[in-house]
Amino acid sequence: MKIKTLGLALASSMVLTGTAYAQTEIQWWHAFTGPLGGLLAEQVEQFNASQSDYVVVGSHKGNYSETLNAGIAAFRAGEQPHIMMVFEVGTATMMAAKGAVVPVYKVMADAGVPFDSDAYMGAVKGYYTTPEGDMLSLPYNSSTPVLYVNRDAFSDAGLDPDMDLSTWQNVGKALDGLKAAGHSCPLTTAWQSWVHLENMSTWHDVPFATKENGFGGLDTELAFNGPVQVKHIQQMGDWARDGKFIYAGRRNEGGANFRAGECALFTESSAGYAGVKKEAEFDFEIRTLPHWDGVDGAPQNTIIGGSSLWVMAGKSADEYKGVGQFLAFLSTSDIQAKWHQNTGYLPITNAAADQTKAEGFYEKNPGTEIAGMQMTSKAPTANSKGLRLGSFDQIRGIIDEELEAVWAGDKTAQEAMDSAVERGNVLLRRFEQANG
Amino acid sequence: MLPLCLLLPQVIITAVFFFYPAGQAVWQSMFIPDPFGLKSQFVGFGNFEFLFGDRYYRAAFATTALFSGLVTVVSMGLALYLAVLADRLIKGSGVYRTLLIWPYAVAPAVAGVLWLFMFNTRVGVVAWYLGLLGYDWNHVLNEAEAMGLVVAASSWGRVSYNFLFFLAGLQAIPKSVIEAAAIDGARFWTRFRTIVFPLLSPTTFFLLVVNIVYAFFETFGVIHTITSGGPQQATTILVYKVFADGFVGQDLGSSAAQSVVLLVVVGAMTIIQFKFVERRVHY
Repeated sequence: MKIKTLGLALASSMVLTGTAYAQTEIQWWHAFTGPLGGLLAEQVEQFNASQSDYVVVGSHKGNYSETLNAGIAAFRAGEQPHIMMVFEVGTATMMAAKGAVVPVYKVMADAGVPFDSDAYMGAVKGYYTTPEGDMLSLPYNSSTPVLYVNRDAFSDAGLDPDMDLSTWQNVGKALDGLKAAGHSCPLTTAWQSWVHLENMSTWHDVPFATKENGFGGLDTELAFNGPVQVKHIQQMGDWARDGKFIYAGRRNEGGANFRAGECALFTESSAGYAGVKKEAEFDFEIRTLPHWDGVDGAPQNTIIGGSSLWVMAGKSADEYKGVGQFLAFLSTSDIQAKWHQNTGYLPITNAAADQTKAEGFYEKNPGTEIAGMQMTSKAPTANSKGLRLGSFDQIRGIIDEELEAVWAGDKTAQEAMDSAVERGNVLLRRFEQANG
Repeated sequence: MLPLCLLLPQVIITAVFFFYPAGQAVWQSMFIPDPFGLKSQFVGFGNFEFLFGDRYYRAAFATTALFSGLVTVVSMGLALYLAVLADRLIKGSGVYRTLLIWPYAVAPAVAGVLWLFMFNTRVGVVAWYLGLLGYDWNHVLNEAEAMGLVVAASSWGRVSYNFLFFLAGLQAIPKSVIEAAAIDGARFWTRFRTIVFPLLSPTTFFLLVVNIVYAFFETFGVIHTITSGGPQQATTILVYKVFADGFVGQDLGSSAAQSVVLLVVVGAMTIIQFKFVERRVHY
């Protein structure tokens, strides 16, 4: 009897492993938790249910930096996942790692999956594409900074909530009014370097770095100590001194203050929309990121932040076939339109943008179309197609430090930006040496 | 043969967990590798030249000295004070002891988050009370406040550890010595200064070495969660820079060189402590 049960158990376990073997496993390491992690898991489940050859397994590996590190460490140990989520500042690192990744266009071609890179939104795709037009990684979540307005705070301060806030000059007037009315937090921001230096540079069509912001080669040098950026940072520093701009921290700490209704204006990623919509107990509105009136060519276009999916080297042809199918699945309009509408991230394909429009989503949710318009209303220039800089996570750390010196009144904007450029260039040269 | 065999386990452990990784760090510090380990260039002492040419790296030495000094003094001072009080307790000392030991179980990163919540400039309860008193707490821009906060968070859990050792040390001092002094008319403070503190010196010395090593190496979780080394570079200590350059910047060559520098610094400090401070210890 016992032997019989054992035999049965053995047989059934063999059958189970048998089926597990028939499905090829695809590992996907990502950096999402909370609502975003839930939506991601839903996409994975949907794909797994839609076919029986492959099973995608998503694993959360910490925040963006930690996920990248986990992937790098795993690669060195020969245990890398198939797909890795890498934030946009890690792009140059991944591009330089030629033997560690398989370009997405090649994965698609080898897998025989139909793939038209023109279907993807130009301003998003450009970030992850070689000068020859080959797409290296698949854009996943992409957002761009916009201005969030607490309309109730404006009314309470006796200001017209519909006033024009498209220029920083006008924002300055609003801040004066809010401050005069005794408001304790007229303006705050998230991701200060991304919003107030990187996007401010492209938005005003001035270079952030030489060689087309690094697209032209590893010998690029930082250039964000120009007059346009310095003027903006100096103005922000003056506002900080006067208590009109409240600095909350290097990441998105300011978001909690805005959602709690403490701050009147907030510059933050368009992907902050879901959180604001859920938590804000006041009348809010999304506006275009302000620009400085009088700068030639402004407003040009803003650039993205977020992540893309890189395919790692060293896997079998069959596995890459599954990867190709999964990436194609992620790019379908239904998936993308849903992602865009639920999160505030940009739709990565033009078809998903058209579908969202046709569904009437923008009329029902005014302001959600602004991010897309900021990115696409003008064709990107050499100064505005994106940034591709090595060691960029660390360079952002340097920029954070120098900006804090301005907000604290320890340095002028010119001194701080000159110092940041000088310190950042040292890291760029080191990256060039390691990867050249 | 027997002495060798008895030594062997310790030798193996030291070799595997100290000499091998330390040797690896020294070896790696002479290369500039790419993050994925695909290629690597030999640069000799180039990484060290790069480091010491950076005035922000040199400034991190001063920050580390200040931070470690403060953490050691605060955590040992408080622990000694509490241990002396607990030692004098007759009733309920067990409860006090248990409560005082609890914070030691909290991981540094978690301790960092706890303190960050209390002192959050907008929603923190302590920051709010300080605001009521008219004090505008802002550790995201004020360097002294940021340093104070990371020192407090790093010392907090450490107080428990030091408390345990101090209490044990105090209880090992023969009561007869203290009673004899009391009969001679020595007040509490005189007894503490001339009898208790000198007899406690082996414990104090041990804790001094251990706490400095703690402040040098194990505090980066606290710094990472509370300040990320900011504002500006006010709380960037050497070990945090090793972490930031290695794990955020993927600059493994520089990171390895920094670990070697740290190894040399802590080694030198321990030698100095044993050579000069230990002379004043009474066993």
